[in-house]
Amino acid sequence: MIATRTKETAVLLMEPDESARLGDQERLDLLSALLEAGHPVARRAQIEPGTTPLAVLAKVDVGRESAPLIEISARSPGQVVDDVSALRKTRQLDKSAWTPWFPVIDYDRCTNCMQCLSFCLFDVYGADADGKIEVRNEDNCKTNCPACSRVCPDVAILFPKYTKGPINGDVVRKEDIEKESMKVDISALLGGDIYAALRERSEGARKRFSTERDESKALLERKRCLKALKKDLDIPDEVLMSLPSVGDIEERARRAKEKMIKRRARSQTVQDEKPAPSREEWGI
Amino acid sequence: MSESQEGQDGKRLLYCHCAYAKVVPAKVKTEVLRRLGESGRDFEAVPDLCEMSAAKDPQLEELAACENLTMVACFPRSVRWLFHAAGHTLKDSVQVLNMRASSAQELAAELGLPADSKSSVADKEAQGATE
Repeated sequence: MIATRTKETAVLLMEPDESARLGDQERLDLLSALLEAGHPVARRAQIEPGTTPLAVLAKVDVGRESAPLIEISARSPGQVVDDVSALRKTRQLDKSAWTPWFPVIDYDRCTNCMQCLSFCLFDVYGADADGKIEVRNEDNCKTNCPACSRVCPDVAILFPKYTKGPINGDVVRKEDIEKESMKVDISALLGGDIYAALRERSEGARKRFSTERDESKALLERKRCLKALKKDLDIPDEVLMSLPSVGDIEERARRAKEKMIKRRARSQTVQDEKPAPSREEWGI
Repeated sequence: MSESQEGQDGKRLLYCHCAYAKVVPAKVKTEVLRRLGESGRDFEAVPDLCEMSAAKDPQLEELAACENLTMVACFPRSVRWLFHAAGHTLKDSVQVLNMRASSAQELAAELGLPADSKSSVADKEAQGATE
């Protein structure tokens, strides 16, 4: 799970009048350098009363005493970025580290079938206290792998940085739902109408692995499925090479079973404490 | 950043640079950023809305509370559910302009930006200094 960010103050690029105005290319180079380095920036003519920006970037002294002023007229964009980074101490955009690639659920379309949770081998999905599917561990998601969105029967999973629609967030058209490349039929490989089976077993689908299934067989099925569907699902090679071991899957299945048992015990306790409704309450 | 960062026309304007991917054409991003800067309008620029969503950046809450907000980013469906993923609901009045589907000219027109200006005084001075 990604660490939640605390509130940060902004860097302001101040251009209050013509004398403080940068050249167009100069401004563009500076803004681009700051954004590429991961620094949000606001361009302003005036400072909002009552605000204290992290730093004020300006060509001339704009008379701002309560915030550090970085006079940019004699500094390159790279030098300005270094100055801002030193002040902020956080948010160094490191593209070699985690890329923000993760599934985003369109809850207008999601039917909570849990197929994504069942399908994903990397623990990206979970269920909240009400049993609703959620993306829990964004940083477990393998960069450039959109496989779960391809097995969602309702086209409810987005990857905003994916190249093609509708997974990239484009409007979902009727032909998208029908299109073979969009709705991958894994039933042909796994045998039987898997989609229907999963819908019917919506209760069991809350668990990662049902009690009736052999976990190692499930892993083998998934590996076979993923290899065969590599092209259709657009799965990068490095994802196939990093599938978890049988031991990992078994451990996750054990934890999922424990959670399920505890949830059922809690649910039973609530039922035991509540008296059964009377005939009048039922309206009989 | 205060809650009310609205420009003279009452609109708050946010640009997303999509710094972690190359799905927005670089020419469109560059041209939109250039035209925004040149326009003289107040605006805010963020490196990557996807990253902010994953990090549950507090600025998203502030933006979600804004009635009169225009975002220049990508597909509206993506932006809406990225905010939702961070625990916030965008108001129906929020406008999302799509740099993946529109040209810089179209976006500038939607934003009501002035037509491409001639070189600014600063540019002319810079040109003069090199001659």
